[in-house]
Amino acid sequence: MFAYIIRKVGTILTMKREITVTVNGEQHHSQVEPRMLLVHYLREELDLTGTHIGCDTSQCGACVVHLNGEAVKSCTVLAVQADGCNVTTIEGMATEGNLHPLQEGFWEKHGLQCGFCTPGMIMASAQLLKNNPNPTEAEIRKALEGNICRCTGYQNIVRAVQFAAEQMRTSATEPVGAGE
Amino acid sequence: MGIAASIGTSIKRREDPRLITGQGTYVDDIKLSGMLHMAVLRSPYGHARINSINTEAAKKHPGVKAVYTAEDFSDIGTVAVAVPLGEIANGMGLHGPLAGGKVRFYGDPVAVVIAHDRYVARDARDLIEVDYEPLPAAIDIEEAMKPGAPLLYEEFGTNVAFGMHPPTDEIDKVFAQTLADGGIVVKQRIVNQRLAPNSMETRGVVADYNKSSKTLTVWASSQNPHILRNILAALIGHPQHQVHVIVPEVGGGFGSKIDIYPEEMIAAVAARKLGKPVKWIEDRSENIAVTVHGRDQVDYVEVAATREGKVTGMKVHGISDLGAYCQLFTDVIMIAFGFPVSCGAYDIKNIHLSADIVFTNKAPTDAYRGAGRPEATYITERAIDLVARELGKDPAEVRRLNFIQPNQFPYKSAAGAVYDTGNYEVALDRALSMAGYQSLRAEQAQKRAEGKLMGIGLSSYIEICGFGPKGSAPIGLYESARIRVEQSGTVMLYTGSSPHGQGEETTFAQIVADEFSISPDQVMVMHGDTDSTPEGRGTYGSRTTAVGGTAAYTAAVKLREKMKQIASHLLEASPSDVTLEDGKFSVAGSPQKSVSFADVAATANTSNTLHPSIEPGLETTVFWEPEACTFPFGTHISVVEIDKETGHVELTRMIAVDDCGRQINPMIVEGQVHGGLAQGIGQALIEGVIYGNDGQLLTATLMDYAMPLSSELPSFELDSTVTPTTVNPLGVKGVGEAGTIGSTPAVANAVIDALGVAHFDMPFTSERVWKAIHQK
Repeated sequence: MFAYIIRKVGTILTMKREITVTVNGEQHHSQVEPRMLLVHYLREELDLTGTHIGCDTSQCGACVVHLNGEAVKSCTVLAVQADGCNVTTIEGMATEGNLHPLQEGFWEKHGLQCGFCTPGMIMASAQLLKNNPNPTEAEIRKALEGNICRCTGYQNIVRAVQFAAEQMRTSATEPVGAGE
Repeated sequence: MGIAASIGTSIKRREDPRLITGQGTYVDDIKLSGMLHMAVLRSPYGHARINSINTEAAKKHPGVKAVYTAEDFSDIGTVAVAVPLGEIANGMGLHGPLAGGKVRFYGDPVAVVIAHDRYVARDARDLIEVDYEPLPAAIDIEEAMKPGAPLLYEEFGTNVAFGMHPPTDEIDKVFAQTLADGGIVVKQRIVNQRLAPNSMETRGVVADYNKSSKTLTVWASSQNPHILRNILAALIGHPQHQVHVIVPEVGGGFGSKIDIYPEEMIAAVAARKLGKPVKWIEDRSENIAVTVHGRDQVDYVEVAATREGKVTGMKVHGISDLGAYCQLFTDVIMIAFGFPVSCGAYDIKNIHLSADIVFTNKAPTDAYRGAGRPEATYITERAIDLVARELGKDPAEVRRLNFIQPNQFPYKSAAGAVYDTGNYEVALDRALSMAGYQSLRAEQAQKRAEGKLMGIGLSSYIEICGFGPKGSAPIGLYESARIRVEQSGTVMLYTGSSPHGQGEETTFAQIVADEFSISPDQVMVMHGDTDSTPEGRGTYGSRTTAVGGTAAYTAAVKLREKMKQIASHLLEASPSDVTLEDGKFSVAGSPQKSVSFADVAATANTSNTLHPSIEPGLETTVFWEPEACTFPFGTHISVVEIDKETGHVELTRMIAVDDCGRQINPMIVEGQVHGGLAQGIGQALIEGVIYGNDGQLLTATLMDYAMPLSSELPSFELDSTVTPTTVNPLGVKGVGEAGTIGSTPAVANAVIDALGVAHFDMPFTSERVWKAIHQK
């Protein structure tokens, strides 16, 4: 009986649906199982493996991407929920060969060691800086408590975000053409 | 413009550009044509007999390629054990890749499903029916030692695998004399709780078999590719030269990826059987349940001291919880890595160490950041505080009174280790001054008067790094380096070490660049591929720079000397007069006569008129095995405030002064300390793997197993002293584990100081601390 139910439910969950998702500016039409997680869709269907999976329970934040501009844990979103949406992943953060200020910050301030949590950290930090361009250390620490890093002790991640915030404020206040 | 020395400068890591852009390749990022996915069925019980396993439904599930149980692997060897102690040498605690007959811990693998898709593999896993007969479990380690306890291995009649109980006559005399002289003896039972390493990337493996070449290629998230290759080849009966291990990007290990695990063996055998690539990626719940745990020791310490606080002797009885099986170093963590540093930074003339190592129905324990040294340091640092409390003395002064003095090095400790160099008081004084220790004590007194709980804790740790030494382990613990200076003057370094976050692609380039007087940018560092790198022992035990870095240094020196020979012919000078500076070989006394590093490289690689005494090419492989270990040290100071109403412990300050010898890249050293501190603080405050008495794992996800979060940690206050080692030419000691080793006792001593008690066991969660306050 148990096996029968599993098979029945399985059949429903494995009937593929069509979705259209724009990822890092590129539109994709795909057939996916309704149960497929967004993170698996990005990693396995689109080969965007920069988004990582670190836990099963939405604690670690290694899988954070932006869905219509808002940070989400892509292990807790189904691919079908992203139908018609814009997704930005770590691969979409550097534009025209220039690193995003957060990427610069993580490099400059030694904000990563093994690098596994880093994409999620950068995507979560980007959300913070969008909402709060001038965060205090406490605000940074609070904003990143949904992202776990086992290597750095977070101190250099805080410094990386401060570095990026400073860069982004400076470039935002610079008149167009300055520095040319 | 000269080439500045690179060693000692904080250059940015070359590893980072790929990692910050999502271009790094971890095991789960590997996708091969026709790749199959493996899911593992695991025991839901802590201890049970397997009556039967029915895999029929799973095998029939669409998309399933194979289902395997223990009987399919009867010809595969048991998981490797480096040094089998006691009954382990007779087979106790050894296990094959899958459990047959009995399961002995929650998560014990019972069967695997291999299917074309990872979702399908999991669907089919749910269709396997196992008839278990649950058995009582041995969970509490001291209960597990008693007669009548449930037995994991009935045929041995006990759960105790090995005991070490030397006679106590000598130490008893010391204790009696101390008391007769008016001194004190303090006793304490200390628990060092079980932890989950929890690297952010779980374990994973991809195995691919090429039928024509009979080559097995294994990509694994491992800390030691060569050891994995050698052991895997032996266990699965595959010719060693036809096993190729590639360790791609590794998302942290902390000791947990040293072991060779069942899943690596199974994936390799399955790939060979099926002729298709097989991928297995551990999920977090599996990681917490089955990847080795750390610590888990119960220790009984007795310490004798004079009225002045000079420790005259110490007795430690350690009970190490092995869990259900013996993995690579499970049985020797406490005895081989912890016991030798039991005297810590102190000139303790008499020590007595005894041990029991015991199997329980829990996941196997093994190396976790610090591996034995954190436990030993915790005992010693708590013991010093117990003495200080008993005598009403300042713990900083009791430490100072007992320190080994700089003129005593090399120092042979009563616990057996020979310490290379140290200057402990300087680190203590620096930490005290950074903390503003006297004013902190004044603030504490004032807060106490106001009824508030504030605590200050110290820890003046030492540790052992740079394993080796020669002759200490069943196999040589060397490291290796192959360097090739190419005709363009660029350099390839192939290291046998296997960095996975520690940044040695950068620091090894710094080491080599300085010897060649070139820029680190001209040195490429390759690692993690058994086909291209010379045999190495891997990255663990804070040994990579001290041992692998020295191998790279030695190889560079060797090639530099050969290049001097070639330069001497080009410059028509004696080799002994040729120097290499600013990227040029020149003749001493006539600097205008010079030839560039690149020109010598070109000559060596392309010339057909080399001197007959010189072999063409510029390539060498060096194996370097240390004669002795290194002993980093430092003092950590923690300040905590405890909310009496909630029991919440707030770590308000964390000061760390560490001495890891010479620093290749201070930025990376600081990063290592930061991460180590966070893990050590995690143990003190919040972490712990908990099992129910029936063997159920109660902390199987990151919802239940607490990891330190950004908002829970303060900004650390760091400084360092530099006391180079004499055991390697670089003067480097190692820094990967220092933060973890030093910080746990500092935080514990602070919390215990705040509570005003003799001892209180970790972790200091709000619930436990609240109970401690309100039960007083």
